[in-house]
Amino acid sequence: MGEFKVHRVRFFDYMPTAIRAMAFNAHTERLALGRMDGSVEIFNFADRYFQEKVIPGKDSRSIEALCWVGGRLFSAGLNGEITEYDLENLRPKYSLEAYGGPIWTITSNSQGAHLAIGCEDGTVKLFEVLEESIQFERNLDRQKGRIISLSWHPSGTQIAAGMMDMIRVFDVPTGRAVQRLLVDRGFGGSKSRETVVWSVVFLSDYTIISGDSAGKVQVWDGHTGTLVKTHLVTKWDVLALSVSKDESSVVVGTSEGTVIQFQFIAPTLQQQQDKEWVRTRTFKNHTHDVRALAEIETAIVSGGMDTQLVVRPLLEKFDERSHASALRKIQFPHRNLVFCAKKAGLLLFQFPGQLELWRLGESDGHGKPGDSLPLKRKPEKLLHLKRKGEDHICCSALSSCGGWLAYSTMSSVRLYRLQTDNNDISISKVPKLPKILRSAHQLCFSSDSSKLFAASSQSSVLVIALSQSECKYVHTLKPKSGSRQPIHLMTNSVDGKWLATANSDCEIHVYNVQKLKLHCIVPVYGSCPSAMGIHPTTNNLTMVHADQQIFEYSIVEKQYTDWSRKLQKQGLHNLWLDRDTPVTHVTFNPKNPEQILLHDMHMFCIIDQSLPLPDQKTQFYNQMTLRSLSEQERPSHLHAFKICKTFQDLLSVSLLDDQSLVMVERPLLAITCQLPAPVRQKKFAT
Amino acid sequence: MAALYEEFTLCGLVQTQNASDSPIQGIERDGDSDHAVVTDSTRSVTLYKVSDQKPLGSWTVKQGQLLTCPAVFNFQTKEYVVVSDNKVIRVWKDEDLNLDKAFKATVTADVWRVHSAPGGEPVVLFQRGAVRFLDSLLSAPQQPIEDVLSEEEVIRWSTNIVAEEQHFVLFTTEQKGECCLYVQRLNPNTLQKYRLEREDSGASPLSFSASLRDKHLNLLYLYPNGCVYQSVVAARGYVGLEGVQALPRSLRLRLAVGEGELGAASAVALDEAHVAVVGVPHPSARTGKDFLCIWNTNFQTLQAGILRNWRKLFVPHGKALSVIPYDCQNHPSGRISIKCNCSQGNVKLGVNCVQPQPHQTGPVDEVQREVEALVSRGDAQDLQLSVGQLACHLVARSQAETAFYTPVALAQLVQTQFLCHSVCPGLLLLSLEHKDYFLCQLCLQLFPDIPEVVTCACLKTFISNEVLQTPYSDNFLLPHLKDLDTQQVILFLQYLQFVYLKYSQDVYTQTPGLRSPTMTQIIDWVCLLLDAHFTVLVMAPDAKGLLSNLQSFVKSQVKLFSELGKIESSLQELHKMKLSKDISQYSIEVIELF
Repeated sequence: MGEFKVHRVRFFDYMPTAIRAMAFNAHTERLALGRMDGSVEIFNFADRYFQEKVIPGKDSRSIEALCWVGGRLFSAGLNGEITEYDLENLRPKYSLEAYGGPIWTITSNSQGAHLAIGCEDGTVKLFEVLEESIQFERNLDRQKGRIISLSWHPSGTQIAAGMMDMIRVFDVPTGRAVQRLLVDRGFGGSKSRETVVWSVVFLSDYTIISGDSAGKVQVWDGHTGTLVKTHLVTKWDVLALSVSKDESSVVVGTSEGTVIQFQFIAPTLQQQQDKEWVRTRTFKNHTHDVRALAEIETAIVSGGMDTQLVVRPLLEKFDERSHASALRKIQFPHRNLVFCAKKAGLLLFQFPGQLELWRLGESDGHGKPGDSLPLKRKPEKLLHLKRKGEDHICCSALSSCGGWLAYSTMSSVRLYRLQTDNNDISISKVPKLPKILRSAHQLCFSSDSSKLFAASSQSSVLVIALSQSECKYVHTLKPKSGSRQPIHLMTNSVDGKWLATANSDCEIHVYNVQKLKLHCIVPVYGSCPSAMGIHPTTNNLTMVHADQQIFEYSIVEKQYTDWSRKLQKQGLHNLWLDRDTPVTHVTFNPKNPEQILLHDMHMFCIIDQSLPLPDQKTQFYNQMTLRSLSEQERPSHLHAFKICKTFQDLLSVSLLDDQSLVMVERPLLAITCQLPAPVRQKKFAT
Repeated sequence: MAALYEEFTLCGLVQTQNASDSPIQGIERDGDSDHAVVTDSTRSVTLYKVSDQKPLGSWTVKQGQLLTCPAVFNFQTKEYVVVSDNKVIRVWKDEDLNLDKAFKATVTADVWRVHSAPGGEPVVLFQRGAVRFLDSLLSAPQQPIEDVLSEEEVIRWSTNIVAEEQHFVLFTTEQKGECCLYVQRLNPNTLQKYRLEREDSGASPLSFSASLRDKHLNLLYLYPNGCVYQSVVAARGYVGLEGVQALPRSLRLRLAVGEGELGAASAVALDEAHVAVVGVPHPSARTGKDFLCIWNTNFQTLQAGILRNWRKLFVPHGKALSVIPYDCQNHPSGRISIKCNCSQGNVKLGVNCVQPQPHQTGPVDEVQREVEALVSRGDAQDLQLSVGQLACHLVARSQAETAFYTPVALAQLVQTQFLCHSVCPGLLLLSLEHKDYFLCQLCLQLFPDIPEVVTCACLKTFISNEVLQTPYSDNFLLPHLKDLDTQQVILFLQYLQFVYLKYSQDVYTQTPGLRSPTMTQIIDWVCLLLDAHFTVLVMAPDAKGLLSNLQSFVKSQVKLFSELGKIESSLQELHKMKLSKDISQYSIEVIELF
């Protein structure tokens, strides 16, 4: 196949922020995840945990808790506001000041009619959920001390509230506090410190389970207000609790990074009637605080300070091994944060607060495979562009010539003209952008840099013409389907004729940019596309989906290509299908039209369409074998999927016009290094 | 290293009229390694569970009939096979109760043996040398059987080897004092005949044993004069070689038999280095005493002290059939203590002297010259035997003539490193007697097999680094240690503590080349001493200070080591971490995809 020169880039200091809250919507199988920087991510658990949507954060917004009401998502935070999100336009729909000081928690009753929030000033406030908004209804009896955690009784008539040193049970109709459960303080030095009841759950049999800062998980009788059982699970804090739908299991997250499961079971086989809450399993998948937890049908989902989302399947719920029964760690976003100017050899890194533009280095001479080449010129950071305003950057783009740069926040789009003149770089903001261009979900430049495409609301695309002198709105491309979902992928062809978009409804539209009209809709496939690209010579659209399926669609002929049909007929190799991170980039080799380049977090792959497809019996990862074979033996062992795992923790792979590859790695160890020290430093041999 | 474990009795034996005849015809294994099929010399076959020493089943032929070959287990069909009255082959299963009702077939010629081994079909060897697979024979019992052997040639011993899809039947014959080995390869069938070298005495071998190692058949045989020879035959046969070939042999072991000759004895190769020998009677033991020893043939050292079977030795002796589990490891210096009732005889390796030499009568300086001449010859194989001979004679003479002692000559002999304690057991004691500590040290240093009792004797006379480094086995040292008196123990403990402290202080400054015991060896000895004398030491007032000293010292060391343990596990973690290549923030590399 051949040799490639690889720019191995590790200077993108991408740093995800800690997970603060999560809420699982069992009906839609969507998990909402709130991070410290105020961003919200929606994962589709029915589609290989694909990160479907990202609502960018905002400096002043904080998320302390998330809550679904039907398909609507609410958050509350220490800024004292309740926010409902517009999941179609990926922005807050509205924010409401609750006038109770910082809000620690938000929860809805099982009927979905009311929201309750717990405030710093000691009030539990009830809000009625209306069609388009929410409305304050009343306060429950105000208490001394902040309300940290809340849980509705499934009947909706009572609420348990976790506070400092105690738990209160309120009668919702009257608003009176009917029970006061005193929570012990910790032992020794911590005796003087108040115990924070970080989390409570109220079960339908009126059992209340609490987790507190003294490391206890306590089981209470909600009728009588008596303590049934105390489990001391950690020296540190019990931060999060989540109960399974059938109330037979409760999981607990601690500051030590452990998740501990309790199950409601009979302690002996003889006494099947006398069930009690028994500590059963401990999972250790985090290094830091587990701040957010959800026990879903078949798995425990957890997240916290160490920024990763962990899906730990409960193996007893599975009959056979499959990708669904494997532990999943979601560490990287399922979208691109790196953009490469192929002609100019520039890299653009997108951070929530800034953009960085780098020029790649140069090497001297040639080397044989495995060599590192001596550097003639080091990579250089050309630009550090801070965003304006409070809103975080949601998307950005760099033209392939390196002359244009654009980014968008929730509130504005900015376009810059870049001029690199040997070592000098000048940047000038393009003034007076068309009014219609207010915000974009995705941005991309045409390959000749004459147009900017901006994905706007309801899956529409704005076409902006660029020239030295001005920047002009041309047209809005609209899908026929009438989908209201946002576009999360956009790509155009090298010849400038075609533009393809994909939205969260899994629809892929292909537009004729010259004629400014919809050309065709690719047949909708059940899994969301995670990456796509248009071939530079054949104009075939290659799509890779979250479930790892690959399709190739001829835009000209408006049908799947023969190769794609062959691939679907034969089926992809199981080892390909079982990979646990989605392909996030598809690109091509203009010098060798047979080659499709793609990558996920753990591998880089070149698909050679001229070679036979591997069947299930073929050795799939065969590069080592091929290396060991002689030149004569090799051809009989070749197959289409050439997979290289030399590069790990990949954020981006692109092919420059000079045929060299750019691999942007972000080693997880480097992320871990930047985390604060965990609460429990592991001492020597202890 | 080879070790014998505690023996136990599998079953009692009925003495036959003729004492020299074994009441056991054969012991074979069945599918379970813990089972033994024992055929007695008359009519019955018994299946034993060895570890429980209990019979699981017994089958007997009718009165008047006689079992003429040991019962074997057919591993393929899970059946037992036995031959009665030379011609009747009987086949039965575990669940069959009556042997008479079992399947039987009469063949046309006398059967010598039925052989069976795991992984192979049973084979029938006829008295006239013909070989048939049991299956094909039973399918046509009346088929004619050819004569392979000449008229007066009789089979003395036979065996069956199955390995790696090769199947051999080996048997030896005797005819007018001439012994031959027949190697019958099966599938394809080839027969090769070898003539064994004649022993000077004209005697025939007493016992044979064969094994397959490294694609060679190893035949081990013992003559009445105590010589154990080994012959090697390639397992891949030279097809087409006709006629009788001479079988070269090499001497593996020469057992001291004294004046007489061995009446009945057996030698079995346990592995490449170890040979087990059992025989009756033995000249150095009282009559009626059996002996069983394991010899290391590489070092000519006594390793322990036969029928080899699956890590167990089966020895019929006296009125019982004993089972002695054993274990062989390749450890050149390991010694074994004989721990079995049948082996109380103290077996030593003897050497024959051929002609009178100066060392038998000459003065010291003449002896010295002879020794120097011998040592300078440097023919290793030869030297090994002659050095042992010479040393034994010198020691014997020294013991006889009090005035005669040749320290330099003996030291030179020891330094050849061809000597060991079991070759010349008197040497170390002699040097102790003469307070020749240099020679003592040398022996302690170079002998791999000093018995614990001798070690302790050395200890009583002087304390050295060398004593601590001699190999020993706790169990056997302990009783001898008890012989030390309190003062000796205290002195020894003080010495050990001193050495330990000294070494722990300057671990890194130990002079290289100086032989010093390791920390572990020192601690082991301290433990042993305390074990042996604890109660005495507790009572002794003058040991009090030492003991409390030792206690606080041990306490501090334990603390230190627990801390070290913690560090170790952490460092181990570091070690486990893959040393990732130090990859910089940016590099340009070349990769190749295929």
